[in-house]
Amino acid sequence: MRPRFLFLALMALAFRPAVAQVFNPETFSLKNGLQVVVIPNHRVPVVSHMVWYKVGSADEVAGHTGLAHMVEHMMFKGTKTVGPEEFSRIVAANGGQDNAFTNEDYTAFYQNVSADKLELVMKLEADRMANLALKDEAFQNERQVVIEERRMRTENQPEALLQEQMRAALFLDGGYHHPVIGWHQDIDSYKLQDIVDFHKRWYAPNNAILVVSGDITAAKLKPLAEKYYGAIPARPTPVRARPLDPTPVAQRTLEIRDEDVHQPSWTRYYLAPSYHVGETQDGDPLQLLAEIIGGGPISRLYKSLVVDQKLAASVSAEYDPDSLGQSIFAVATTPNPGIEMNALAAAITAQLKDIAEHGVTDAELSRAKNKLRAETVYARDSYHTGAMVFGQVLTTGGKIEDVEAWPQKIAAVTKEQIDAAAKRLLRDEKSVTGLLLPAKPGEATVVSDPNAEGAQGLIGGNVR
Amino acid sequence: MKKALFVTAALLCGTHASALTIEKVVSPSGIEAWLVEDHKNPIIAADFSFAAGAATDPAGKEGLASMVAGLLDEGAGDLDAQAFQSRLEDLAVGMTFSADADNFSGRLKTLTDNRDAAFDLLRLALTKARFDADAVARVRGQMQVGLQQEEQDPQAIAGRAFAAAIFPDHPYGRANTEASLKAISDADLKGWAGGHLSRDRLVVSVVGDITPQQLGALLDGTFAGMPAKAELAPIAEAQVPAKGSLKIIHRPIPQSVVEFGEPGIKRDDPDWYTAYVMNYILGGGSFSSHLMTEVRVKRGLAYGAYTGLEPYRHGAVVAGDVATRNDKVAESLKVVKEELAKMGKADVSVPELAAAKTYLNGAFPLQMDSTTAIAALLSVVQRDHLGIDYFDRRAGLIGKVTAADVRRVSGKLLDPDKLTVVIVGDPKGMAE
Repeated sequence: MRPRFLFLALMALAFRPAVAQVFNPETFSLKNGLQVVVIPNHRVPVVSHMVWYKVGSADEVAGHTGLAHMVEHMMFKGTKTVGPEEFSRIVAANGGQDNAFTNEDYTAFYQNVSADKLELVMKLEADRMANLALKDEAFQNERQVVIEERRMRTENQPEALLQEQMRAALFLDGGYHHPVIGWHQDIDSYKLQDIVDFHKRWYAPNNAILVVSGDITAAKLKPLAEKYYGAIPARPTPVRARPLDPTPVAQRTLEIRDEDVHQPSWTRYYLAPSYHVGETQDGDPLQLLAEIIGGGPISRLYKSLVVDQKLAASVSAEYDPDSLGQSIFAVATTPNPGIEMNALAAAITAQLKDIAEHGVTDAELSRAKNKLRAETVYARDSYHTGAMVFGQVLTTGGKIEDVEAWPQKIAAVTKEQIDAAAKRLLRDEKSVTGLLLPAKPGEATVVSDPNAEGAQGLIGGNVR
Repeated sequence: MKKALFVTAALLCGTHASALTIEKVVSPSGIEAWLVEDHKNPIIAADFSFAAGAATDPAGKEGLASMVAGLLDEGAGDLDAQAFQSRLEDLAVGMTFSADADNFSGRLKTLTDNRDAAFDLLRLALTKARFDADAVARVRGQMQVGLQQEEQDPQAIAGRAFAAAIFPDHPYGRANTEASLKAISDADLKGWAGGHLSRDRLVVSVVGDITPQQLGALLDGTFAGMPAKAELAPIAEAQVPAKGSLKIIHRPIPQSVVEFGEPGIKRDDPDWYTAYVMNYILGGGSFSSHLMTEVRVKRGLAYGAYTGLEPYRHGAVVAGDVATRNDKVAESLKVVKEELAKMGKADVSVPELAAAKTYLNGAFPLQMDSTTAIAALLSVVQRDHLGIDYFDRRAGLIGKVTAADVRRVSGKLLDPDKLTVVIVGDPKGMAE
């Protein structure tokens, strides 16, 4: 009944720790620069065909936020030979499912089809890489669809509004400051020509990665890839800039106090390095730190705040180093009924301070490594997971070998490296704290205004 | 009773590269399971359920079955909650329980190396759950927080109000409240687990790196200690209203969430496959459904507009939803109603019907993404009593549906004047 969610993107992040030795990918490149990754999995005779473009919301310019996501929507609006909406109709009429999603660093399109329909979807996907042909009427309608998407995901949801504002406060400058879906007034303002120009600038074979997983081999795929994608000429694409954010000097706290808020929550974002920008050596240690402090019911924060002190109903810690620019280390908690937010905030900040000062224990480290190791085995099970992992890594500055080496790199992380990374990360001036609080009527500090600048979560991303 | 291991097989999914077959495994003590062996990865996934769900919650104690689900892995046998969870994590075992209206379900995922230990932890959870006061308070608190979170989510508010409106005076229409969660006692929890989770209500599906012999022994080890039978109070058939109604829940938000529905058809109804095809064409999730075309593509009114068949054991609805800006609610609802009416007035075109059948048959194996997903699918087929040969028969059942069938069933099910409608938001020009 509600089939369109961020399901794929979220699933892949949950399974982030996946390795090439697990997937055994085959890879090759076409003469025009298109990189191809094949992840065979022959359990059922189906394939997942994905094309990932190295462009996302962080590549947009001021005043045109959300354009990458808008272009993703317009990719379904026709080419010189395929009419508007025909793409999805053809895929469905051949027993397949298709969709697309946009993030800060990438835009991806996929079709899940029976293996014998692979050639059909390759032909269709290559066609819209090269031959998009758009009409203004379809664009004006689709703009309204995207605005409704923004209302649904963000403006109707106080948590999402708060997270959008927190992201803007955390990233002082650059492309991660604004939400993936874009600010409302920017979505109102694009012209069709902006879409056409953006597509022309970024949607080139040398700026794309073809990932096919499932019942397929590289030997079978290669002639098809050459036939359909190989015919599209390479052309120069812009350099993707992800400069270091200005050094933050002030701890920031944001608050939404609204009568429509019923469950308070406390969320903190720390400006974190990725594998590619900032203190990049902390990328692996911080994954283990997130696991140790908030990775489940025996994590440090759960044990302390939920089980022992009984202040919180939930805690979480999330971190993803696969970002072309800097990343976010997020910690969140919700108070139990009747618990004052101040008491919980004091308790969780004390825990974070303790970790920054005293580090983690050997037992915690060993348990976290063990858990991540097992995840690599489970990750191989799904024919989607590998496709998602390679797409994300390869569009965010990583290489296939990086994925391959991941288990060894995680296994080699020492307690000293985690403690040092925690000390560097858990600093008040690097953080933005967001409080969602109920208010009595008349006390609201933020109201849900359709024209307010509004939001995307930590894990940005919008599905068509 | 001494009984040899009994195995029958049916094809789940065949291909040039491999073929998955479903085997029916019966343990020495008579416990049945469906198994798909797949030894490529050292992983085993089990999906099981008991035919007893939240609809059995006593009035005033809504949330009881769900709270039991939240507590089975919060301490069992000699292990308290933290010890139990530590053991799961050290063994890299995934174990979850949940309750929906009709069923209490569980999932287990383990690496082959830890298979026996994993199933033994499952046995403990199912037969020796502790319900320690500490854990009960924690899970109750978490469920209360979940309720408060729903209160600030327009979709959740609409879902709850719609259930109440479409299932009046029936357990399907009742939901947890702060008061009902508070009213649940330790005795209620233990009583529910002991009195509802019985072998005569059990369905088990297993996929992965395990043989029928190994599974047979584990079935006994895990489930044989549970009660053989449970006598449950009968649940009345739901009387779904068909008189047309509108309820508005006012919230100061920019987009209204609209849910609508009317009496549907049950899974064992002879018209099920016709209704299934009809729903796909009307609003079953594809971008080219009638609702998506008219509401989203042509008019830009909403991100999506969907319908779905919702068959329960004691009632059924056909329902849908659309979310649109407040000043377009009336227009969106008018378009939806027109599309519902059209389905019963004229035959769908030959190409459209053919495309729908191709999609419904072609997309079916796409969901077999992982061992966990395949196990869940097997459990659905078992719960719906479709038979182990269902995977062979399904395409034919869908293939038989004609345009005249779709028109007839649409005329029977889709009456725009009889819709029960719930709106959450600040809709303009609408009044109850």
